[in-house]
Amino acid sequence: MSAPLTVPADSAAIAPGASPATGFWRRALRHRSFVLGAALSLLVLGAALLSLVWTPWSAYDIDIASKLHPPSAAHWLGTDVFGRDIVSLLLVGARSTIMVGVIAVGIGLTFGVCLGLIAAARKGWTEELIMRMSDFTFAFPAVLSAIMLAAVVGPGMLTSITAIGIFQIPTFVRVTRGSANAVWAREFILAARAAGKGGFRITIEHVLPNILSILIVQATIQFALAILAEAALSYLGLGTQPPQPSWGRMLNDAQTLLFQSPMLAVYPGAAIAIAVLGLNLLGDGLRDLLDPRLARER
Amino acid sequence: MSHATAPLIEVRDLGVRLNTSRGPAQAVRGVSFALRRGETLGLVGESGCGKSVTALALMGLLPDSAVVSGSVRLDGAELVGLSDSSYCKLRGNRISMIFQEPMTALNPMHTIGRQVAEPLRRHTGCSAASARKETIALLDRVGLPDAAKRVDAYPHQFSGGQRQRITIAMALACQPDVLIADEPTTALDVTIQGQILDLIADLVEERGMSMILISHDLGVIAENVQRMMVMYGGTVVESGATDAVFMRMGHPYTQGLFRARPRLGARKGTRLKTIAGTVPELADLPAGCTFADRCGIVEARCRVALPAAVGVGAGHDVRCLRTDVSMADAAGAVRV
Amino acid sequence: MTVLDQPAPAHETPLLDVKDLAQRYTLPRENLFKPAAHVRALNGVSAQVTAGKSLGVVGESGSGKSTFARLVMALERPTSGSVSLLGRDLNQMPPDELRRARRDFQMVFQDPYGSLDPRQTIARIVAEPLTALGRMDRAALRERVATVLRQVGLRDADMDKFPHEFSGGQRQRIAIARALITQPKLIVADEPVSALDVSVQAQVLNLMQDLQDEFGLSYILISHDLAVVDLLCDEIAVMYLGRIVEQGSPQDLFAHGAHPYTRALLEAVPRARAGGVRRRRGAQPIASQSTGSAGCPYASRCVLADQHCRDTAPALRPVGQAHLAACHYAEAVMALPPAVAESG
Repeated sequence: MSAPLTVPADSAAIAPGASPATGFWRRALRHRSFVLGAALSLLVLGAALLSLVWTPWSAYDIDIASKLHPPSAAHWLGTDVFGRDIVSLLLVGARSTIMVGVIAVGIGLTFGVCLGLIAAARKGWTEELIMRMSDFTFAFPAVLSAIMLAAVVGPGMLTSITAIGIFQIPTFVRVTRGSANAVWAREFILAARAAGKGGFRITIEHVLPNILSILIVQATIQFALAILAEAALSYLGLGTQPPQPSWGRMLNDAQTLLFQSPMLAVYPGAAIAIAVLGLNLLGDGLRDLLDPRLARER
Repeated sequence: MSHATAPLIEVRDLGVRLNTSRGPAQAVRGVSFALRRGETLGLVGESGCGKSVTALALMGLLPDSAVVSGSVRLDGAELVGLSDSSYCKLRGNRISMIFQEPMTALNPMHTIGRQVAEPLRRHTGCSAASARKETIALLDRVGLPDAAKRVDAYPHQFSGGQRQRITIAMALACQPDVLIADEPTTALDVTIQGQILDLIADLVEERGMSMILISHDLGVIAENVQRMMVMYGGTVVESGATDAVFMRMGHPYTQGLFRARPRLGARKGTRLKTIAGTVPELADLPAGCTFADRCGIVEARCRVALPAAVGVGAGHDVRCLRTDVSMADAAGAVRV
Repeated sequence: MTVLDQPAPAHETPLLDVKDLAQRYTLPRENLFKPAAHVRALNGVSAQVTAGKSLGVVGESGSGKSTFARLVMALERPTSGSVSLLGRDLNQMPPDELRRARRDFQMVFQDPYGSLDPRQTIARIVAEPLTALGRMDRAALRERVATVLRQVGLRDADMDKFPHEFSGGQRQRIAIARALITQPKLIVADEPVSALDVSVQAQVLNLMQDLQDEFGLSYILISHDLAVVDLLCDEIAVMYLGRIVEQGSPQDLFAHGAHPYTRALLEAVPRARAGGVRRRRGAQPIASQSTGSAGCPYASRCVLADQHCRDTAPALRPVGQAHLAACHYAEAVMALPPAVAESG
């Protein structure tokens, strides 16, 4: 019963009106890292969408005659060793980047969250089994699983996506179980049990909503990691196969020419950095914005 | 004590402005008191009344964004505006604090011996061996059984009451002049509460310290301090000798707080007299008397400005414009 | 709403009948090669609650009072013993039947901040015990929520707000509304006011009293505060280390308590009055729960204990009309002057 240092907003003054939805966007626009993160993420998304309808040049046409051009009015960022337009490559590459991220994180999120929620709800040997299995999976680096998968089904984008996705499952299992356990320990869960709700309903109605913001933040971080992993796999030749461009492949191709034209490595590197930074900032912002305790303040 | 006449700690017109999530708030206004060696003062009030903020202001532990005004003098030396490094030399050395939650006040990763010895080694610079000896003596003094054996145990190996004894040993390590106890027994069982309060009282007497005891429990205040201040909305609404206040409560809030307590032997079906409304947010206190919105005898003039403290007895002040009514009314309320 | 096929309770059947309830927890193993240690949180507790009457359970931390609450709510299975509501043993029921039987007994928790899901609206929170029973028409549900919110002194408009928009006292009202929504016969309240400020505490206690008068509810009120229990209950059980050491009406317990522990509890309560010179008590050792000595569990703290107490555990026995105590010297203790009771 001691006076808190920062007095929490409650009781008496309750902001009238302002539906949660409009309030969300108003607060979102005032959240600096959310706005910056959203802008950068939209930039990448926009690039991918744009590449579906228009690119300055074809990203697949090889034109050896105009190889390694410096930036010019025709080729804004120059051309690569096969004479392909860098801007076009970046735009099309954004597509594979987003696809890899979405599918890999989707795999990790779906399986990881389900397993984590089951582990937290069931406890006992179920939890033990799930956690040990996820430890086992976690012990294999994504690159290793990708090499193994590639050996079986051959290299390709799908292989790398699957490998990255599987690699992401244990992370989501851990994060989900940890935060779900914390929620299960709270009194409102006891209240729900006293009301007669079973483990499944409690998980769906109470646990999941309370860990959602943590999962969203984790997903954006994992999305960024997936992009990096895809770049690494492509760089090793295990990911996206030529002629399909990806940012990782571009880095791979630029490697041999690092001393001749270093800028070839800088462009895809910067693109990856922008995407990763944007997603991390977006995740940070979402975490703050999704907290109902901050929702109707001021 | 030799210099019993000069106050050890003197607080004048202390004010604290805090930045809360709902904007700036005047968390404490116009708090003044003086304590000599061996004297005890109780601060009583509900959550958000400013009693803990006052304690933290005395300890120099408020967040950097807080603005402290007025004056706090320890043995004549001004503390308000003191740099953090100078304050560090005072904290744990001349002013110590005991907190409500003995578990969170102790670091679970360190042995209790190390934690009790830490202020000793920092402030007196004594050797590890002598600090250990002193630590065992201290733990023994606060009534920890088998102190010599258990000095290397970790906090989780003790019960709540024992942990509070350990935090008291920590607070006393450097023989402080002023001890601030912020709800020291709220987290403890009622039979343990008595023991801890006994221990604190013995130590205050034995070492000639001044003590400020913060509590929400009127009973704890009544039994443990010589003087008391009732706080509400960041202001002291009533202050005086404990007996005088309990004999004739002057402020409607003090009276309300007293009547709202469930009492032993009240029998089933007795209705408690409640104070209407809720404790106001510090960020939007009413303009005049902070209690105006919940007061039963409020008048228009109460809402104009914060009432001045009125003397209603020797050293007994009430911040109320209507003591004539409230104190006539209270005549029968404080039957013992 | 689901219609319940309840057997009409016979007149003798008490609302709640707890028989010889025991709960033993296994502590995490400290040593792989030693058997895991156990804690007897509850050790043969029996109690009855008559419809419309309230039972207070008093004790300090570790007395087993919260375990008792969880067992009465059938949130845990007891190691042995039974909990029967209206003559039906909760632990023998099939899960689906237990779920439906839950409409008759609800719970209010201590922490008004932790017991409401911060992500749900008040309407969803309050409706939870009903939605757990089965599907229900949304309009009817909201109507019912509005009714109980009004009953606990909140407004209909509060339905679509979130818990963080309310103060501690208001949240506890919401928690009480949630317990009321199924029109239960019994509400188990575990320290319902100990987290609240004094002035708010009084409001909530008055509300609980009004609701009892209006709906004829029974409460099992778990508290460490004797005065709170005194205010709301017809009967009080004092618990110590998993056992009931004394049981009886508040009048009996306060005027002539028969167990030294009851008296120690009463005397420890600080009195808010002038001239309250502190009574120094001197150190008392605390017994631990895991020790399985044969004698009276309170013997090590008791000023009256002798060799007989340390050798033989006293049984809970009648010492007056509807007054039970577990002390060899109950009669002598009762003859002592009454523990100081505060009036006014």
